[in-house]
Amino acid sequence: MVLVVVDHDHGQLDELSLQALTLGRQLAGDLGQPLEAVVVGEDGRAGAAGLGEYGVATAHLAVHPGLSDYAPLATARAAQQLAAQTGATVVLAAGSPRGNEVMAHLGAVTDLPVAADCLAIRPGDPTSVTRARWGGSLIEEATVHATTTLATVAAHAVPAEPGGATTTTVTDFSPELSDADLLVQARPAPEQEASGSVSLADAKVVISGGRGVGSAEGFAPLEELAGLLGGAVGCSRVVTGNGWRPHSEQVGQTGTKIAPDLYVACGISGATQHIAGCRNAKTMIVINDDPEAPIMGYADYAVIGDLKKILPAVIDEVKKAQA
Amino acid sequence: MDVLVCIKRVPAGGGKFVLTEDEQDIETARLGFAISPHEEVAVEEAVRLVEAHGGSVTVLTLGTPESEEQIREQMAIGADRGILLETDGQEWDPQATASAIADAINADESPFDLVLMGNESADASGYQVGIRVAHALGRPVVTGVKAITVADGRVTCERPTTSAREVYEVPLPAVVTVLDGLNVPRYPSVPGRIRAKKKPIERSTPERPEPRLEKTRLMVPQSEGKQAKVLGTGPEAAPAVVEVLKQIGVV
Ligand SMILES: Cc1cc2nc3c(=O)[nH]c(=O)nc-3n(C[C@H](O)[C@H](O)[C@H](O)COP(=O)(O)OP(=O)(O)OC[C@H]3O[C@@H](n4cnc5c(N)ncnc54)[C@H](O)[C@@H]3O)c2cc1C
Ligand SMILES: Nc1ncnc2c1ncn2[C@@H]1O[C@H](COP(=O)(O)O)[C@@H](O)[C@H]1O
Repeated sequence: MVLVVVDHDHGQLDELSLQALTLGRQLAGDLGQPLEAVVVGEDGRAGAAGLGEYGVATAHLAVHPGLSDYAPLATARAAQQLAAQTGATVVLAAGSPRGNEVMAHLGAVTDLPVAADCLAIRPGDPTSVTRARWGGSLIEEATVHATTTLATVAAHAVPAEPGGATTTTVTDFSPELSDADLLVQARPAPEQEASGSVSLADAKVVISGGRGVGSAEGFAPLEELAGLLGGAVGCSRVVTGNGWRPHSEQVGQTGTKIAPDLYVACGISGATQHIAGCRNAKTMIVINDDPEAPIMGYADYAVIGDLKKILPAVIDEVKKAQA
Repeated sequence: MDVLVCIKRVPAGGGKFVLTEDEQDIETARLGFAISPHEEVAVEEAVRLVEAHGGSVTVLTLGTPESEEQIREQMAIGADRGILLETDGQEWDPQATASAIADAINADESPFDLVLMGNESADASGYQVGIRVAHALGRPVVTGVKAITVADGRVTCERPTTSAREVYEVPLPAVVTVLDGLNVPRYPSVPGRIRAKKKPIERSTPERPEPRLEKTRLMVPQSEGKQAKVLGTGPEAAPAVVEVLKQIGVV
């Protein structure tokens, strides 16, 4: 049996979990085994019932009086108990913060290896995987020495595709949980600032600045251009390290990974760790005074020269075009 | 309070990775070394906590003898002592790494009220050593944290989600894995660097168990072979830029 841990946000199914489910369905097909899912929490019931669209015949709904919100270890315990009950040979989760966290707990409590951020899984004796390192800038092939394979599926390694349509039976299941399993449980932060601006992760247009912008004040034209195009401002780690912009705007391996329609990189050299966050942009335009900057090898268009002179001219042209 | 921070020496540099002939490692002949930004902010946070509450900061790494360089760098910003678990440079899988770290913590005279780790290592990015260490020690663990407050023997952690923020509160001793952006690390001062040279490092050589997640080879992802089309030089290129913006429908 292939068991997939499907995450949800107060009932809303998680896109990356559906991607993991899609890979899980392919694996189950190759192995000639059924595909099952585990969903945690009463508010996941409707979502669980809809998983037939993805080929899940049985969805286990883990409910427990001590569970009110996301609890990583409790989720891992539910998966552990189900996997043992059903004899799962593969347990998958999303390559998301929560998916990776739950799977690491499952690996710890079962003393099994976990392969995080897999791009491909080849079941066999032994099983082998292809996985992302360095935020996807490097790929690793690895052997998993274990009878049960625990893995997470890298974000966007496969698109979430419905298939193998069937009717799902939702079976309620009450995991045995100790106080320690329930100790770490999320609660919402008290005041959630509702910022009116477009968030970096969702923005269709991102105007991003690096060391070449030179100062915090230097970001004014980037903000203006982002405003004109309905986009958000991004930046490199040199910029957050200098305190010019908040870390929530950092793009890259240890920042946010984005896939906007347009990414404009101003005064950014194109380090692999930066590219790890923006390689999925549909179109990339570079403004840089160095025609040899590595970022030229990742971009579609470039303007060579001083961004302090070029950006104001671009802003004027955009205003003319929008007038 | 006594804080332990686990750091890992990795190749630094932003160029495309070049692999060794046997495809087992990154060619590092021309590269410097660093630690993950997640681990840099972990050390900075530990130093701030100890400045506020008293105590000590220890940094621990499992790596080659050359990892002393990374320990000394963190001592220059305020860590008091180092633990170096020496390896011969072979890869240690997450389970082996976590059990060596847990053994070292158990063997130490300090109980370490708080163990800080990166959410994921820069190179292996397994997202699990911190969680495995917590289980081995029987302590609670919160991951992916971007704000920490310690008060009354408890640690409160905030973690960002795609849409909002979550709060976790656990009793000490605990393990917390953190994210870049937790703080802006200070630069080492010259006196800091001088003091770092004299701080103590304890060394031991744990035995590497057989890997259960065994790296067989590395590959550099196929690049799309892009080369940017130059639209022009200087402000005169602005109309050409706006042409592109129109083509892709953002103007
Ligand atoms: C484990 C790890 C994780 C990391 N994670 C991230 C991450 O998430 N995000 C990230 O960004 N970095 C990350 N880094 C850092 C990364 O390696 C680079 O150091 C960083 O991205 C460089 O930032 P930059 O391009 O702004 O600066 P630089 O590399 O200094 O580039 C500045 C560029 O600006 C150009 N320039 C200068 N002046 C002008 C001007 N007036 N007009 C036009 N162009 C000009 C220069 O030609 C140059 O190309 C990470 C590093 C490590 C080791
Ligand atoms: N070799 C190591 N030495 C010390 N700490 C490590 C080592 N490997 C991993 N860690 C710690 O565990 C975190 C998560 O690593 P990983 O599970 O590999 O993504 C890292 O950010 C470090 O804090």
